[in-house]
Amino acid sequence: MTHKVLIADDEPNIVISLEYLLGRAGYRVLVARDGQQAIDMIRSERPALVLLDVMMPIKSGHEVCAELRADETLRGTRVLMLSAKGRATDIDKGLGVGADAYMTKPFSTKELAAKVAEMLGAAS
Amino acid sequence: MKRVDKALAAALLAPGLLLALFGLGGGAWLWATLAPHERDTLAAVIETRGMLLVLLGLVLWALAAWALNRLYHTHVAAAARLLDQARSRSGSTDATHAIEPAGSAALRGIGESLNELLRQRKDLHEQMAAKVAEAARHIDQERARLAALMAELTQAVVVCNLDGRILLYNQRARMQFRALSSAPELAGGAELIGLGRSIYSVFERRLVAHALENIQARLQRGAMHPTAQFVTTTRAGQLLRAMMTPVRGASGEAKGGDEIHGFVLMLDNITREFEADSARDALLHGFTEGTRASLGNLQAAVEMLEMPDLDAAMRERFQAVVRDEAQAMTQRVRELAARGAQDLSTRWPLEDMHGADFIAAAQRRLETLGLRVSAHEVDAALWLKVDSFSLLMALASLGSRLFGEHDIQRVELRLGVARSERDPGSDPMRAHLDLLWIGQAMSTETVIGWETEPMRIGADSSALSVREVVQRHGGEFWFERERVRHAAFFRFLLPLAGARGPLDDNTFVRGESRPEYYDFDLFAQTESSRALDERSLAELSCTVFDTETTGLNPSQGDEIIQIGATRIVAGKLRRQETFEQLVDPQRDIPATGVAIHGIEPAMVRGQPTIDTVLPAFHAFAQDTVLVGHNAAFDMRFLQLKEERTGVRFEQPVLDTLLLSALAQPNQESHGLEDIAARLGVPVMGRHTALGDAIVTAEVFLKLIPLLQAAGIHTLGQAREAAQKTLYARLQY
Repeated sequence: MTHKVLIADDEPNIVISLEYLLGRAGYRVLVARDGQQAIDMIRSERPALVLLDVMMPIKSGHEVCAELRADETLRGTRVLMLSAKGRATDIDKGLGVGADAYMTKPFSTKELAAKVAEMLGAAS
Repeated sequence: MKRVDKALAAALLAPGLLLALFGLGGGAWLWATLAPHERDTLAAVIETRGMLLVLLGLVLWALAAWALNRLYHTHVAAAARLLDQARSRSGSTDATHAIEPAGSAALRGIGESLNELLRQRKDLHEQMAAKVAEAARHIDQERARLAALMAELTQAVVVCNLDGRILLYNQRARMQFRALSSAPELAGGAELIGLGRSIYSVFERRLVAHALENIQARLQRGAMHPTAQFVTTTRAGQLLRAMMTPVRGASGEAKGGDEIHGFVLMLDNITREFEADSARDALLHGFTEGTRASLGNLQAAVEMLEMPDLDAAMRERFQAVVRDEAQAMTQRVRELAARGAQDLSTRWPLEDMHGADFIAAAQRRLETLGLRVSAHEVDAALWLKVDSFSLLMALASLGSRLFGEHDIQRVELRLGVARSERDPGSDPMRAHLDLLWIGQAMSTETVIGWETEPMRIGADSSALSVREVVQRHGGEFWFERERVRHAAFFRFLLPLAGARGPLDDNTFVRGESRPEYYDFDLFAQTESSRALDERSLAELSCTVFDTETTGLNPSQGDEIIQIGATRIVAGKLRRQETFEQLVDPQRDIPATGVAIHGIEPAMVRGQPTIDTVLPAFHAFAQDTVLVGHNAAFDMRFLQLKEERTGVRFEQPVLDTLLLSALAQPNQESHGLEDIAARLGVPVMGRHTALGDAIVTAEVFLKLIPLLQAAGIHTLGQAREAAQKTLYARLQY
C-alpha cells in the first residue's frame, strides 16, 4: 500500500527536496503552503503522515496539530514536526500540542527518510 | 562681713576690758594690804593723780588694740579673703583673673602659688581647646572630602540607616532618582530622594530586608566584606540594579565591628542595558533560527544533489536552491554584522575627560614613538566626552605613519572650541583636536588610506580604523593645509562633555551644592517607636510650604497658582530639597493679586494643572509634618482639591502664626515679616511661594527654642497649645 504523506511548509526550498526525497521513496506526496490549506487537505486527502512546519502563514504548525488532535476523525494522523526552532522549550511545546515526533532543522535527509518509514511502519 | 566685724570688735574690746579688770583687781588687792595711814596717803595720791593712771590705761589699751587689729588683718582677714578668691576660681573654669596676694608673707606666698596654678590651668585649657578645635576641623575636612568624593563619583550612591532613612546621597543618585520619578518635571525626583526620606518609597522593604539578612548571615560566617545585589523594577517602570554594602561599627567600638548601623546602596539604572541586551538576544535568536532553516534547506538540497539517478532538470532546481540559500545566508550575516557594529557604537563608553589631561596623555604617547611634541594652544577649560584609549590609538597611528613614512620629527597638538561657522555666537558643541606638523603634506589618497585602514602602531594593531573611532565619537575628521606657515594638520571634531542633549543618567553634572547632601547625625536617629506627637519639635521632618492663589476665597472659585516648599530634617533647613511649581488655575488672575505675587496670566499658561501638581506635591510631602504660615488658609485650598485629585493630606499641620502667638504672646503682630524681623530672619524673595516657604522654615526653626522655653517641646504639645490660641478660631 502506498502511504500518502502531506508536506505542510511555506518554504519552497525545503519542500522541493522533501517532495523529491519522499516521492523517490515511493510515497504519494502532497504539499500544503499554509496552515489552513494543510487542515483542508488532511480532511480531504486523509494522509497517513504530515510533515508539519511550525512557522506557517494563516495557521501555525502548533495550531494545525492542536486542531487535528481535537478532531475525532483526524486524531489518528501521524505528525512529524519540522522546525528551525530548536530550543528545548520549542520541542516541548511541539510535543505538547500532540506531535508524534519533532526534528530540528538542519537534519539529514537519510534520518528523515528513516523516521518517516518508522512512523508509517507503526501506523500501518 | 558681719562675722568679721564682730570678731574684730571683740578683738578690740577684749584688751580694754582685760586692762580695766587688771587695774581694778590689782588696785583692790593692793588696797586690802595697805595700813589705814597708807590708804589715806594713796587716796590722796589717786585723788590728785588718778586721771593720769586712767590715761595710762587708755594708752595701753589703744596700743594693744592697734597691735591686735594689725594681727587680725594680716593673718585672719587676709586668709579669709584668700579663701574666697580661691573658691571663686575653683568653681568656674572661666574665672581666670589673678588673685591679689595680701596678708602675711606666708599668705602672699600661697596667693602667688595659686596664681601660678591658675596660669597653668588656663594654659592647659587653651591647649585643650586648640586640640579640640583642630580635631573638629579635621573631622569637618574629612566630611567635606567625603562629600566631595561622593559628589564626583559617577555611580549613584545612597547611604541609609537601618530604618531605610537616607542620610547621604550624591549628585548622580539625585539624577538617577529624577529618572525614576513619575513626575520628573514637577518634583524632579526630590519626592524620592532627600535627607531623612525613606528608601522604601523606591525599593520594596522586603528586598532590602532580604539583602540585609544575606549580609548578616555572611558576616556571621566570617566574611570580611559581604555585599548583596538585587535588581528591581521601580514604579516608573525602570530597571534598577542595587549593590548593598553594610555600614558597620568602627572596629574599636565596644560592641564589636560586626554590628550593622546602616547600608550603602550603589545604584545602576540598567533599563537601557537590559533593553539593549534583550534586543541583542532577539537579534541573535532570529539569526540562529534563520540560519538553521537555511542550513536545513541547503543540507537537504545538497543531499538530493548527491543522488546518483538525479535528472538534469531536477539537478538544476536543487542547484538553484543551494545558490538561493547561500545568498540568503550571506545577506543575513551582513545584516547581523551591520547591526552589531551599530550596537557597538551606541554602547561605546564615552567618558568625561579634562581636555588638557587628554593632551598630556597624547603628548606622552606620541613621544614614545620618537616624535618631539609641543602643545601650546590648549584650551584648559574644555572637558571632552571621549573614549580616550581608542582616540589615543588613532593619534598614535597617525603620528607613527607621519614619523615612519614621511620622516616628520616634530608635531604639535592643539585643542580648542569648534564654533559653528554659520553662527559663531552659538554655544559650542564640539572641540577641535589638531595634530599639526611643519613640512611635507601628503596626497588626499594617502590620507584616505590612513583614515580607513586598520590602525597600526609598530607591532600594535587594532581592528578599528581612524574613521571608525571618529564615527564612534559622533565626530568628524579631515586633513587641512596652512599654506602661510607651510604647515598641515589633521583635525578631529569631538563632543564636549555635558553638551549632549537632555539630561540622562550617563551625563555627569558637577554639583554646586555638594556638601549639603549628607547628615550623619541621622545614623543615630531611629524611628524609635515613639508616636509622632511625642517627638520633639527639633527632630521632626517637616515640609514647609506656601501657596500663591488667585484670591482669598477657595470656596468661591479661587485657585492655587503656585506651590513652593522646602524641607527641614533633623533640625536643619535643607535648601537643596525644594519643590516649586506654577499651576494653571484655568481661570483668570485678578490684577489686584498680580500686584502682590507678580504672577501674570501668561506665566501660568501651559503649566500643569492642579490635577498633576497636587499628587506630585503630595509625594514630596509624604512622611513629614506640614508647616505653613497661616497654614489653615493653604490647607483649605488643598483640602478642596482632595476629592478631585484623589490625594489626601492627612499628616499633622503646624502653623507658624499660631506658634509665634504661643512663643511671643505679648507681641501685637504675628505677620510673617514682623516675626522674621523680630527673630532676625532675613527676608528675601517674599511673595513667591518658595521664597515665603523658606522664610517660614527659618522662622519655624527660630521659634523652636522659644517654644521650649514656654514649656512646649513636642509636636503634640504644640498642636494642643495652638488649638487653644485665639487665632485658632479664625475660619476661612
